[in-house]
Amino acid sequence: MLDNSMKLEFPSKSQNESFARVVVASFASQLDPTIDELADVKTAVSEAVTNAIIHGYEDTEGIVYVECKIINNKLEIIIKDNGQGIRDINMVMEPLYTTKPELERSGMGFTVMETFMDELEVKSEVGKGTHIRMVKEFKSVSIKE
Amino acid sequence: MRLDLTVEGKNLVVKFNGELDHHTAQQIREKIDEEYRRQKLQNIILDLKGLNFMDSSGIGLIMGRYKICLNNNGKLALIHVNSRLEKILKVSGIFKIVKKYDSLSEACHIF
Repeated sequence: MLDNSMKLEFPSKSQNESFARVVVASFASQLDPTIDELADVKTAVSEAVTNAIIHGYEDTEGIVYVECKIINNKLEIIIKDNGQGIRDINMVMEPLYTTKPELERSGMGFTVMETFMDELEVKSEVGKGTHIRMVKEFKSVSIKE
Repeated sequence: MRLDLTVEGKNLVVKFNGELDHHTAQQIREKIDEEYRRQKLQNIILDLKGLNFMDSSGIGLIMGRYKICLNNNGKLALIHVNSRLEKILKVSGIFKIVKKYDSLSEACHIF
């Protein structure tokens, strides 16, 4: 059963990284998350949105799309861009792999998303964009019978 | 993000107040590096007490400052690392090269 949903879109400006994670955290608050669960979601959203801005759109401006769905005690988050896409997904998901060492990027973005969320799926097509789906299960929720 | 930079002997103490992400990281690292070079300092202590949020951009920032200190025969230390920050820092394995301490005086002892 789909309980609730929301959609958000904004230009790929780095100021919107904090905006996006705060909006998703506010939406997730209806699941009575613990402070740690909420912080996990904020961190994962920040990673995915930052990737869309600095890798997906690089120096151009595009639109970043965020969609959230609440299904029972789970929050599904989709973050997508119509940017340049990823050539080799397995490679970018390796810890410490980065194409932008000069920006002091740590290459830990996907590792953080994987560690902090319960599910992570990455789909990408070169020249078309990247689609990230993440799911967080909120353990503290008492489901009504 | 508000940054307080103070000098204690050869050490630059950086107090963070706010959120550290890709957007704020660029400005922060410029400010830290400028002060470190201008005052000809050796070590950097990052005080994370007032840091309310950090993503992997923070890992990059810490690694970058670690390298700068290392190239200058200095050390980098972290103080006031809460459980949230510890979680993301552990993922990166950074504690293998950067040590954390409970207080400023404790960190100063190692230099």
